[in-house]
Amino acid sequence: MAEIELRQVAKKFGNLWAVKPMDLTIHDGEFVALLGPSGCGKTTTLRMISGLEAVTAGRVYINGEDVTWLSASQRNIAFVFQFFALYPQMTVRQNIAFPLESQGMKRALINQRVDEVVKILRIEHLLQRKPGALSGGDKQRVALARALVRKPACFLMDEPLGALDAEFREAMRAEIKRLHLAQHATTVYVTHDQVEAMAMGDRIVVMSAAEIQQIGTPAEVYHTPTNLFVANFIGSPGMNLVPGKYADGRVHLPGGSVCTVPPAWQPALAALPSDDVILGFRPEATQVSDTGALRGTVYASDLHGSYTMLHISLERTGRINGNGGDKIVHIRTRRDVAYPLGTEIRFDLDPEMMRFFDPKSEKALSKEARG
Amino acid sequence: MATNTIARRSFAETGPRTPVVDSVRVDQVTPGARRGTAVRLILAILIAFLMLIPVIWMAMTAFKSRPDATASPPKVIFTPSLDGFIGLFTNRTQLSAGALAAELKRPDLSFWDRQALARGMRIIGPSKFVQQIQNSLIIALISTLLAVTLGLLSAYAFSRYDIPGKGDWLFFILSTRMLPPVVVTIPIFLMYRAVGLYDTHIGMILLYTVFNLSFSVWLLKGFIDEIPIEYEEAALVDGYSRLQTFRKIVLPQCVTGIAATAVFCLIFAWNEYAFALMLTSERARTAPPAIPANLGVGGIEWHVIAAGSLLFLIPVVIVTFALRRYLLRGVTFGAIRQ
Amino acid sequence: MSQITLKNITKRFGVVTALNDVSFEIRDAELFVLLGPTGAGKTTTLRIIAGLTKQDAGSVCFDGQSVDALPPADRDVAFVFQQYSLYPNMTVYENLAFPLRAPLRRMKEEEIKKRVTETAEVLRIGHLLQRKTARLSGGEMQRVAIGRAIVRSPRVYLMDEPLSNLDAKLREALRVELSHLQRTQGSTTLFVTHDQIEALTMADRIAVLNHGRIVQVGTPEDIYDRPATAFVAQLVGSPKINLLPARAEGGALIVANSAIRLPVGETRHAPHHLPPEFILGVRPEDVRLDPTGMFVGEIVLIEPLGVETLLHIKNGEQVIVSTVSGIAPARIGETVRFQVVRERLHFFDRVSGARLM
Repeated sequence: MAEIELRQVAKKFGNLWAVKPMDLTIHDGEFVALLGPSGCGKTTTLRMISGLEAVTAGRVYINGEDVTWLSASQRNIAFVFQFFALYPQMTVRQNIAFPLESQGMKRALINQRVDEVVKILRIEHLLQRKPGALSGGDKQRVALARALVRKPACFLMDEPLGALDAEFREAMRAEIKRLHLAQHATTVYVTHDQVEAMAMGDRIVVMSAAEIQQIGTPAEVYHTPTNLFVANFIGSPGMNLVPGKYADGRVHLPGGSVCTVPPAWQPALAALPSDDVILGFRPEATQVSDTGALRGTVYASDLHGSYTMLHISLERTGRINGNGGDKIVHIRTRRDVAYPLGTEIRFDLDPEMMRFFDPKSEKALSKEARG
Repeated sequence: MATNTIARRSFAETGPRTPVVDSVRVDQVTPGARRGTAVRLILAILIAFLMLIPVIWMAMTAFKSRPDATASPPKVIFTPSLDGFIGLFTNRTQLSAGALAAELKRPDLSFWDRQALARGMRIIGPSKFVQQIQNSLIIALISTLLAVTLGLLSAYAFSRYDIPGKGDWLFFILSTRMLPPVVVTIPIFLMYRAVGLYDTHIGMILLYTVFNLSFSVWLLKGFIDEIPIEYEEAALVDGYSRLQTFRKIVLPQCVTGIAATAVFCLIFAWNEYAFALMLTSERARTAPPAIPANLGVGGIEWHVIAAGSLLFLIPVVIVTFALRRYLLRGVTFGAIRQ
Repeated sequence: MSQITLKNITKRFGVVTALNDVSFEIRDAELFVLLGPTGAGKTTTLRIIAGLTKQDAGSVCFDGQSVDALPPADRDVAFVFQQYSLYPNMTVYENLAFPLRAPLRRMKEEEIKKRVTETAEVLRIGHLLQRKTARLSGGEMQRVAIGRAIVRSPRVYLMDEPLSNLDAKLREALRVELSHLQRTQGSTTLFVTHDQIEALTMADRIAVLNHGRIVQVGTPEDIYDRPATAFVAQLVGSPKINLLPARAEGGALIVANSAIRLPVGETRHAPHHLPPEFILGVRPEDVRLDPTGMFVGEIVLIEPLGVETLLHIKNGEQVIVSTVSGIAPARIGETVRFQVVRERLHFFDRVSGARLM
């Protein structure tokens, strides 16, 4: 059990900031997802927590103890790699027992611990196999078992599902989360897949360009993103972000649509230095209706199984050849109504779910100007 | 200066907004690292110097006079002389004191004649060295061209086509290189004499081509394997024939490999000694066996040998230096991959 | 544009049968998707149509004419590869012009220039034309690759997972653009993917391939609503369909190791002749929380995805996944009542996995 704290931790490679100075506290028993596109510094952060990478500046604390200059093996953490890192010449049992043997533990005790963890992960039947003969999912289970067997203070996982086929990924995701719920070991989980981060994380740390963009629960990052990056990155597709001009309680959007701003937002919009504003709304926070305030033409429409996603071009230029970078918004509709390409369509936004951003600072506006 | 400014500016733009507290290493690393770099540099220079002593000694000897070259203890400081080069490029006769005096009075003496006369000798004609260097050049260049061209085509076939017994063929090709030259020179000598290839340019070109071919096939196959086949398939679908695809897609992408292979082949053919000694005498003799043959009339003419070696070395150094990037890639990529 | 027919195509690699008696037809102007897991034979099918691989048996026809004897260059198809298809030593312009400069087309440079510029316009890569391809981002590269296919209006576009190497955001954006482009240009396209979302969202029709055999051909609605086998049912839809072992007993459907019993009378949509044991399929969106629901379960896992939340509900030994919209205020360990949508149950044979009618 452990609490992890990063204070002004930073990493520079040559002249490049891999991670700019950041503060982050991960509570005991918490599952935190470090989420971001490739190259955002999430893996470097994880490696600095583990001790595999030395910090350039700042301090790392585990349970209040300064571990900044302790090696990885002295920190009592377990690291799960994307590519399993199982020893191919050893059987599954030997692989799992390996970390304990290096500690010089008694054979009987080792066997007991190994039997415990294989039961938790339901891989008893694999003990005598070599890793080469296992499926991707089973390999990752063995890797998890090897991490678990040491009873580490915390788990650090670097895209553990990244190398798995899509068909295993969903099930493995639930399995890791269930394991966490059973063990309540502090876990830091690095991923570039926002679905994984949302599904698994108690809290999500969204990173981009070597900096933390937002820290929050799945609901927070989804519904109240702090800036344009988070709004676009979270969700599939991301939040619709439409540039417009604000005047007298209304936002004028491209293509002549006008959107009424809920009164609670008006002071914040009025306080902007210019009339430029970006309106944000989630695809599901829309309602197709004949009297809708927003208008556009259907650019593409596609079935997602239980629903249909309509892609709407707001600029009703008449030609929809895709030229000129028309603003496309995505709205989620019921699948039983078909909208052919080029159909004119009207829709409304759920006023509760509207968000507004300052195009200059790219930051989200907050409802009542709280000073 | 310029880079410094840029570095500082980017630091200012991207640096921490709040001051970094507990900064542990940032400032301590730099001076230490700089000192480390200096030490490494000095060490490298020292090692390079040690390694190069024989070469430097050879270059010095090339510019010594005959007595200086054979002096004992060896002279490190000496008066430079072009004796060695004169000895290399000309045939001379020793003159008596009277003849020497007569010669010195001639009005049409060149710089080189004067140099020779100063040592009591008269130049009676050019030596065969120029022709031998020419032979070396012709044989090395043509055999390299052949080895690379043929090697490229067969490497492409081995890389792209499903040839039955591919592995065995490749091994067979490599095995031709496993016998040391010494073992096969005598039979080749006998065969060459029988078919009239002894002491011919064609004979040497053939031999070096065959010898380099195994190497060139293996090296180039490694390079071609690295080019994703999708490029060619895309071109095939786009309406190009196999040969056009090869010329437009494969060739430009394995320039590096071709350059590396060519350099290796060229160096081999240029330096080769054993076959050249056995299979050539007059017409096709190349430089490597000819240079040490300058043993002179009255004892070993070290300064002449050194001058020949130095001249012989220069092209290799230039080619190697110019293409060192490819050579390194050739060693690390193509060859090791297989 | 053309209509493509595959007749009884079989291909073996050594002892492995990559394709086993595959037949289907791609209609003119249709976007046809081949969907299947890794190693199903999708790419082999594509390569046989392009002529890059020769089939062992069967025949490929374009507009009713066999093209089996034609080399790739003469089939007039365009291939978009998953990666590596741009020539690194050429600029974007040269890459786009490359197919037009093929000797067999003998096109004038002016005409080439016009076509390349038009194509670049459509794909919004006009500003990149003079760039070397090595200096492009992943998305730009794949746009150029698509550009190289559409620049010469071939008889059919063959696309081999063109989006799978891109990151999620880019994939979404290009997916929409590709499907828009295909529909507005009316081009015959065969699109290969292992991603069920790509298949469902883009296809006019889908062929599901598994172990070298066609399992089902149909519209996205057919595949999603009436999967021919349990394999297809699992392949499409995210989150995955719940597949539960069940038996019919005393006029009720009983899910094994659980307290879930459905009186047969209420499930008019069940097949008439149910075998004693079978597999019951329920899509997560058809498992609905309902305070008056017939079934009770305990929430063991919550996965909030934003737009919806996946609830893992345990009943007996079975865990059933349910999707509820938004971020649900549920707690782990909570007991909930739920209902299944009877009209949308799926029944599969326990052994063969075939759909029971």
